[in-house]
Amino acid sequence: MSGATDGTHPRLQENHFVLEFPSLPANVAFSRYAVAAFASQLDQFTLVDIEDIRIAVSELVSNVVIHAYPDGPGPVRVEGRLREGCLEITVSDQGRGIANVEQALEPTFTTLPGERMGLGLTFARQLMDEMTVTSVPGEGTVVHLVKRPSAAPVQPPAVSS
Amino acid sequence: MVNLEWVSTPAGPCLVAAISGELDLQTAPLLRTQIEGAWSQHPEARQLILDLSGVTFVDSSGLGAVLGRYRQCVLRGGRMALVGLQPNVRRLFELSGVLRIMEAYNSLDEALPLPREGGGRA
Repeated sequence: MSGATDGTHPRLQENHFVLEFPSLPANVAFSRYAVAAFASQLDQFTLVDIEDIRIAVSELVSNVVIHAYPDGPGPVRVEGRLREGCLEITVSDQGRGIANVEQALEPTFTTLPGERMGLGLTFARQLMDEMTVTSVPGEGTVVHLVKRPSAAPVQPPAVSS
Repeated sequence: MVNLEWVSTPAGPCLVAAISGELDLQTAPLLRTQIEGAWSQHPEARQLILDLSGVTFVDSSGLGAVLGRYRQCVLRGGRMALVGLQPNVRRLFELSGVLRIMEAYNSLDEALPLPREGGGRA
């Protein structure tokens, strides 16, 4: 990465992080704050974009806390990458996995009725630009998200002479 | 995080629960236990107002706790209203569709007393 002559980097090009923490309810807020702070490095993101990211991360990490490790807390890994003007986030666990991913993606589907709304994955999918869920029962789940700045300027048409 | 107050109205006691902070997996159970505790002191009460003006973040866990209180209120044959949703919080409530069934008002003055007819105005 080439910086400006005064040693600063006027425009962020690429950056990444990896966080790992136990699947405790208190870490839901921690993870969304961490990812929001990271995402804020890309100044094209609006406040609404950042809020979308906070909600999506909150949902995915909550899902790990609730569903992945029925016998007690296990590791949650959150990775973030700023690349080519967008944010990629991966939330993964080594828990029991999702038996039927397609069913889990249906709005209001939940394996824990009570006060769970079954909207976590639906929100994450609606608020982000891309979401893919990969899960192997007994091995864990990986959810990959992409968020692009909503106010990203439209590429101007090529000027022909 | 949850400040509870009983208000007398012509329709009987109304529980006003002013909630502040962030409503997520960690904090939502507090909303449930505190309001259930207060309800148990006034089994005759039928009205609940959730003042969410101090809530700065909500996700589906928080929404679930709010919807759970609504269901409980309806099961008692009562009514529940929301007050003071901040724009980011309102957005998620709208996205979930719960504002189609719950009354929402801009202020406590508007919500009290809970009208006998008509939906939310905010």
